[in-house]
Amino acid sequence: MSSQAVRADRGLITPFNVIAGVIVIMGMVLTAWRFAGGLGAVTNLDNHYPWGLWIGLDLMAGVALAAGGFVTSAAVHVFGMKKYSSAVRPAILTGFLGYALVVIALHYDVGRPWRLPYPFIMSQGTTSLLFEVAACVALYLTVLFLEFSPAAMEWLGLKRARMIVVKLMLLLTIFGVVLSTLHQSSLGALFLIAPGKLHPLWYSSYLPVFFFVSAVVAGLSMVIFESSLTARYFADKMDEAHKQEKTTVAFGFAKAAAFTLVGYFFAKLIGIAVDNNWHYLASGYGAWFLVELLGFVALPAFLFAIGSREKKLGLVKFTAVWTVFGIILNRLNVSLIAFNYHLPASERYFPSWQEIGTSIFLITLGLIAFKFIVTRMPILYSHPDYPDEH
Amino acid sequence: MEGILTLHDFMLYTKSVTYILVVVALLGLAGFFWFLNERDEDDQDEPGIEH
Repeated sequence: MSSQAVRADRGLITPFNVIAGVIVIMGMVLTAWRFAGGLGAVTNLDNHYPWGLWIGLDLMAGVALAAGGFVTSAAVHVFGMKKYSSAVRPAILTGFLGYALVVIALHYDVGRPWRLPYPFIMSQGTTSLLFEVAACVALYLTVLFLEFSPAAMEWLGLKRARMIVVKLMLLLTIFGVVLSTLHQSSLGALFLIAPGKLHPLWYSSYLPVFFFVSAVVAGLSMVIFESSLTARYFADKMDEAHKQEKTTVAFGFAKAAAFTLVGYFFAKLIGIAVDNNWHYLASGYGAWFLVELLGFVALPAFLFAIGSREKKLGLVKFTAVWTVFGIILNRLNVSLIAFNYHLPASERYFPSWQEIGTSIFLITLGLIAFKFIVTRMPILYSHPDYPDEH
Repeated sequence: MEGILTLHDFMLYTKSVTYILVVVALLGLAGFFWFLNERDEDDQDEPGIEH
């Protein structure tokens, strides 16, 4: 065996590849099990809980965390904040992969993948929020693909096609912002149909507003988190401009996240005041609500503010991860934990190991795709043929 | 809470609290915005720092 071949072998057997390989094999087994045996074979779903972990985590939290794409591209292309331009491609890629995984996860929950286009071509439920979410996600995934495509075209050398898409970028960004505003809020609006099932502290007529505002925070935090991860694991793929701008991006986005979180905090208080739900705060669910509101909204707002004021990069990175956990917790609270709060503990839902395994499998697929693209395409550096166009 | 007997009482009470909260929120947001940007303004005022 030549020395090059030995190096290639060593390159393949890395801790990431081994762990990801095991998870992918497990995921493929679970996939076959789910589609052959149906939902009952692999999930703990029942008539009380038709939506479980795959909707609460993979879809609800996944869509929120993928909001970095529209937030960053709007900041740069619409509001002209060019100092954040190095963050656009990684954010768009994260958003594109996030939404692609949301659609894949939806297949696991809905089943019969060949019927995915039915809402558009067979029976349009135009008065349904789910139809609106489906239409927006389908259109926005297409927009994200187009926004991401210049990087792939630079890699493939498709100069003419790339030029056409780059000229459409502002239009695509505006379309993306409109679609994101619509479906991020509609995901919250889905729960307006269940006032008797969702705990009053989480149920509010302002749920669409809460979901949209918290999605903006999730997007900002994910861009900071993802930028710190890429700086650590893909530093060799970053050019000087991207390395220099990552600190500017972190502090600027931390400031925006802090301000948005304070707005979200007051909005949540107003949500309680409008329905006069203050007395619920003295209950067990009230304590849990305060953990979310104070620990994962007020605290990160304060920490982001201190981090951006004092220029403490470590604090900003930590707070970004903390906020991401907070958004995931909020989506799980609304869709699972505070849902059916009146049921006895014996009838409450807890995901099966197969559901958890499938979610881990899907997240791993996203990481593999991200690594594949970042190591090949000009995401973290400017392509030599287009040096000033990022 | 004990004084709320009618829908009118409920609306009057909740709206009153909400309007007070909205004023507090607006003042709080303005103060927080100043807190966030105070250092940047100080930096811009200093003649030796380039931006």
